[in-house]
Amino acid sequence: METVIKKYKTKNQKAKPLKMKFTLSTVIIHVILMLWGLTTIFPLVWVLNNSFKDREVILSNSFSLTNYANFTFENYITAFTRMNILRSYGNSFIISGTVVLGVMFFGGLAAYILARYKFKGRTFIYGALISAVLFPAFATIVPVFMGLYKVGLVNKHLGVILPQIAGNLPFAIIILIGFMENIPLELEEAAVVEGCGPWQIFNKIVRPISKPAFATVGIFTFLWSYNDLFLQMIVIRKNEYLPICALLNKISSQYGTDYGLMTAAVTLVIIPVLIVYLFLQKYIIKGLTAGAVKG
Amino acid sequence: MIYKNKKIIWIFLFPTILFISLFLYLPFLASLFNSLYDIPNIAGIGKTFIGLKNYIELFEDPIIIDAIKNTLIMMLLTVVFELGLAIVLALLVDSTKVAQKIYRTIFFFPVVISATAIGLMFILFYDYNVGLFNQALVKFGQEPKLWLDEGKALAMISLPVIWQYVGFYFVIILTGIATIPEDIYESAYLEGITGFQKVRYITLPLIKGVIKTCLILVITGSLKVFDLPWTIAPRGMPNQTTYLLGTYQYKTVYEASRVGYGCTIAILIVTIGLVISLAVNKFIKQEEL
Repeated sequence: METVIKKYKTKNQKAKPLKMKFTLSTVIIHVILMLWGLTTIFPLVWVLNNSFKDREVILSNSFSLTNYANFTFENYITAFTRMNILRSYGNSFIISGTVVLGVMFFGGLAAYILARYKFKGRTFIYGALISAVLFPAFATIVPVFMGLYKVGLVNKHLGVILPQIAGNLPFAIIILIGFMENIPLELEEAAVVEGCGPWQIFNKIVRPISKPAFATVGIFTFLWSYNDLFLQMIVIRKNEYLPICALLNKISSQYGTDYGLMTAAVTLVIIPVLIVYLFLQKYIIKGLTAGAVKG
Repeated sequence: MIYKNKKIIWIFLFPTILFISLFLYLPFLASLFNSLYDIPNIAGIGKTFIGLKNYIELFEDPIIIDAIKNTLIMMLLTVVFELGLAIVLALLVDSTKVAQKIYRTIFFFPVVISATAIGLMFILFYDYNVGLFNQALVKFGQEPKLWLDEGKALAMISLPVIWQYVGFYFVIILTGIATIPEDIYESAYLEGITGFQKVRYITLPLIKGVIKTCLILVITGSLKVFDLPWTIAPRGMPNQTTYLLGTYQYKTVYEASRVGYGCTIAILIVTIGLVISLAVNKFIKQEEL
């Protein structure tokens, strides 16, 4: 072992002018990191792979790769004929899209005020937001449901949208404040000299500069809203308005033993999220790291 | 001071205050109020005041005791493994300058998937006949196992919860590490610091605030877990042994229609979260002295 390390050390010394260091420790580090990466990717590949197999084939060997001989769309066809999946996608996008817009707009305004103004009650409101993050949905759901019932929003998109906006606002505002606080004041001071009001300063300076933070907030809000089974399950019972996660839950309780159908259903729920993630993940990272660079 | 206009404050804050009070604080107060009633249906019709009877029942309900125990076990598991792994992975990724972006993308990936889908996925993994785990065991010449029996079920429910959220805290901590100014490291390198010393004396102390935030998020997060356990082991399966406070609350309200008692359980959940978060806050602050 020691000789190996020595070998690597001398190698490393020789290679000093080069930028890439290739030491034993970096190899070990990459092996560990790749192993964890494997655990995050492999399960999904397993599901995707099995979704194109007949359930008898899954039963006998779930590891075999789908090949030309046993490839089938049967599971997807069953999923689409038994359940109105497209309608559920539509419901999900109406709900989550509205929630994202609402959270970004209201959250942006509030974060701007809390980041820039010193006023009586600021600490109180900030504290109330932080403690709101700690509230589990269980603590509020019963009265929220009763209220929605009274105003006739049960089984309506809005019945999910409004509580979700409220639920996502505290997190969004905290992230946005963190970003806005780090924007240097000079620009805004210049804008005041030019005669801009608070709305113009917000809309023309703070909002564009904070774009990465807004992107982060938007993506997280979308994902949490799309994936939030609890509220969907409670507020929406009518098939007509069922978002995709609630539908998946329904499929699993009805056809839980049809493994082919289950893998296809899981894949169908994951795909939109996967697309959003792969296209926008640079904004997740940008948003999170840009906050770190401290403008 | 350029920010003098005070009128604008309340105009900009109004929507947020409205949402937060209507959907979070007022309902919470209403839950507190409801916990003193016996409410036979979710519409709230026909409720009777019973004082503290629901709270007395908390102490006598054997499932609640189990649910508290299970929730605390899950909390401990998530703190140790979820946060622990996230810190280790973040330090490792930070130490390599290669492929950071790729690791970030891959590790974060499970976070974005719905817990329902992950729950179904793990049901498939744990299945006795076709499951990934048993088929793997058989491949290596072992006997297949019953993964969701009473002894293992709670751990098996915690596993996907942990697996899913490691990436989330990993990214937060990695971002925290990135905020440490480069010149601190540079001067340390001049003094001949090693990798391990760097982590122990510079990186970890400087990201203490981030870790504390993550700790509170993990703890309160473990009290909110619902989708995954409800998908994998609905109604505390097997034998009502795996109830968590959240899943038991849901069952009490929506399946047993004991709405008042359900609100009492909700108050218990909030109280536990509050007490533990305050303790964490105090503990870490004291250490800084």
